[in-house]
Amino acid sequence: MIYLDNCATTKIRQEVLDKMYECMKEDYGNPSSLHRLGLRSEKQIKQSRELIAKYLRVDSGEIFFTSGGTESNNIAIQSIINNSNKKNKHIITTSIEHPSVLNIMKNYEKKGFKVTYLNVDRFGSIDIEELKESICEDTILVSIMHVNNEIGTIQDIGRINKIIKDKNSQTLLHVDGVQSFGKIEFSLKTLGVDTFSFSSHKVYGPKGVGGLYIRKGLNLNPIIFGGNQEKGLRSGTENLHGIIGFGEAVKILNTRHTKEAEYVGQLRKYMLNKIKDSIEDIKINTDIDGNTSPYILNISFRNTRGEVLLHYLEDKDIYVSTSSACSSRGTEKSHVLKSIGLHNKDIEGAIRICFSYENSREDIDYTVAILKDSVEEIRKIMMR
Amino acid sequence: MEKVISVSMGEIALKGLNRGYFEDQLTSQIRRAIKDIGYEKIYKEQGKIYIEGEESKFPIMIKRLKKVFGLVHISPCIRVNKDMDQISKAAILAMKEGKTKTDIKTFKVDTNRADKSFPIKSPEVSREIGGLILKEFGDISVDVHNPDIYIYVDIKQNTYIYTEKIKAYGGLPVGTNGKGLLLLSGGIDSPVAGFMMAKRGVDINCVHYHSYPFTSERSEEKVKDLATILSRYTGKIKLFSVNILEIQKEINAKCPEKEMTIISRRFMMRIAEEIAKYNNYNGLITGESLGQVASQTIHGIGVTNDAVNMPVFRPLIGMDKVDIIDISRDIETYETSILPFEDCCTVFLPKHPVTRPRVEDIRKSEETLDVDKLVKEAIENMKIYSIK
Repeated sequence: MIYLDNCATTKIRQEVLDKMYECMKEDYGNPSSLHRLGLRSEKQIKQSRELIAKYLRVDSGEIFFTSGGTESNNIAIQSIINNSNKKNKHIITTSIEHPSVLNIMKNYEKKGFKVTYLNVDRFGSIDIEELKESICEDTILVSIMHVNNEIGTIQDIGRINKIIKDKNSQTLLHVDGVQSFGKIEFSLKTLGVDTFSFSSHKVYGPKGVGGLYIRKGLNLNPIIFGGNQEKGLRSGTENLHGIIGFGEAVKILNTRHTKEAEYVGQLRKYMLNKIKDSIEDIKINTDIDGNTSPYILNISFRNTRGEVLLHYLEDKDIYVSTSSACSSRGTEKSHVLKSIGLHNKDIEGAIRICFSYENSREDIDYTVAILKDSVEEIRKIMMR
Repeated sequence: MEKVISVSMGEIALKGLNRGYFEDQLTSQIRRAIKDIGYEKIYKEQGKIYIEGEESKFPIMIKRLKKVFGLVHISPCIRVNKDMDQISKAAILAMKEGKTKTDIKTFKVDTNRADKSFPIKSPEVSREIGGLILKEFGDISVDVHNPDIYIYVDIKQNTYIYTEKIKAYGGLPVGTNGKGLLLLSGGIDSPVAGFMMAKRGVDINCVHYHSYPFTSERSEEKVKDLATILSRYTGKIKLFSVNILEIQKEINAKCPEKEMTIISRRFMMRIAEEIAKYNNYNGLITGESLGQVASQTIHGIGVTNDAVNMPVFRPLIGMDKVDIIDISRDIETYETSILPFEDCCTVFLPKHPVTRPRVEDIRKSEETLDVDKLVKEAIENMKIYSIK
């Protein structure tokens, strides 16, 4: 099997699995319980929190565990808006966000908020000038994704934050970092964000757990109520084995992420060159020479269908995706590819290849060979 | 005093000499429907079928029985001996239970004395029990024209007292009308067509066509789900899943684009006929409804029909879409049917399909294809699933 859909989710690392197994079997106490078993669980959670804080170079008090990226985005955005001055009704985001942000925005539009969707250029970068013009006195929040999940574009968050704070010091910045966390180099403190979402299963950890960074001094009120876990921000018995697995995954990232990013970067270049050499009439939708995540490669094979191509590859045990997995079930065309100005026929033939440290050059050779055959076969049928 | 479920048979009563056979089929369908729930005994008594079992299981049994074709009414009953004292007690109990369910102000006792050896005639039984009920419950009165509740008393070998007649679908027991092969797509219509034929006693099996990898494996999963829902009415279903990509590729390469759909349909019919013949099925069933899509014009259906000799049943032919949707909601296939996974890739849908095809033209177009070989190969590669 060749798994090239690592933006959808990743295969859990063996070390993480071992750690979780041990936890589920032995240390299953509820961290809120007063007895020793509960205390042991609490300590383990503390350890995971510290590991993640250390990795992000922030204070462990600034890290909150959630059920994943979607929940982190919801808590951050909804809490910030709930906390804001009621007369302020303006939010800024981009047209290429993940559905877990876009659908929150749509809901606020229904409630009478004004939402500005920043346009992006053909590489997926926002226009800094447009951002500057959009911020006004009643702008509560700017929510921008760090790395786009479909084409890999990295937004210049540091600069964006500076522009926001210069224009309106009250406006907060939320960053959806689900595809940047563990994948690219950055420092949250230098970027200066107010809140930042990240997820475990994108970095070889378990599903069902994620995190939210909240800058010290920014007090957010919960949107979920209960037993006041996570300092009251996210009630509900902690996903103990999930959190422990997440901590372990991040501990491994600490020592390996730079090397892994470098490796997949080379792999991506290798694959792209091979595709360029062997398959004609393609369009590269990821800005390879620009500022993009090395983990993502989006390509359109003209006169094919992304989904058909996906099934051809799957038949040979190779797994890629068309647009983001969350929206590919609908018949809707990718909003991201639309936003970067792709023609319909290029959107139709687009697939997304997302790498991991586990992919080898041989995997890539085989994949490109199958890709070439499949594209030719599909074109023969579609272009008669 | 015991609780049992009674079921009444509709048209079966009209089947004259075949009645015994129909009743046996129905009994076996009932057994199939409730086998896994657990019952004690199924027996016949003067025109009705009775089921003994734990009372706590009655609600789920009734839910299942409602899906057995050939049943008209289902009633939870109290069974007692032919003894006026016992009958009265049971009638009072039935009334008490009835009153816990709805607000009852008026009632009527309706007695049917099938066993003429019982000494008291029906009207007198009704009168006597009615009197006792009036005495027992102070807040109700008799209304013979439009009562809130009927207390039915069936005097047979045993006596059965009940107040509810839960409506079932009617029709004929599955298996009493031969076997049919349903062309099951992932859409709304074909499961409804299968349901309607099953209701007339046809034992249903299904064939599904896909063009993987031009379609998703999820579309086949969806069809399996639909067949599973259908099987709640029909019992076990054999599902033949046939990949027709090679056929579509050939048509695509050699025939006029506008004829793509109609020629594909002819291939589907041919493959279905082959499968049906091999398995001794008696006919094909489709969800076609006249004029619904381009290939379902009167001309289109005529040309499709020309490809096979076997009878083709189209139970939805004169129905409007909204009515088909109503049935699909009722039989619980709708929610699955509307899931997005398509069984036909849009690549193979002509932009302007022919709406008035002529048999001669289509046959001529097909001359460029090795029809027999394509059909044979498709069948050789098909998968067969057993759906329960």
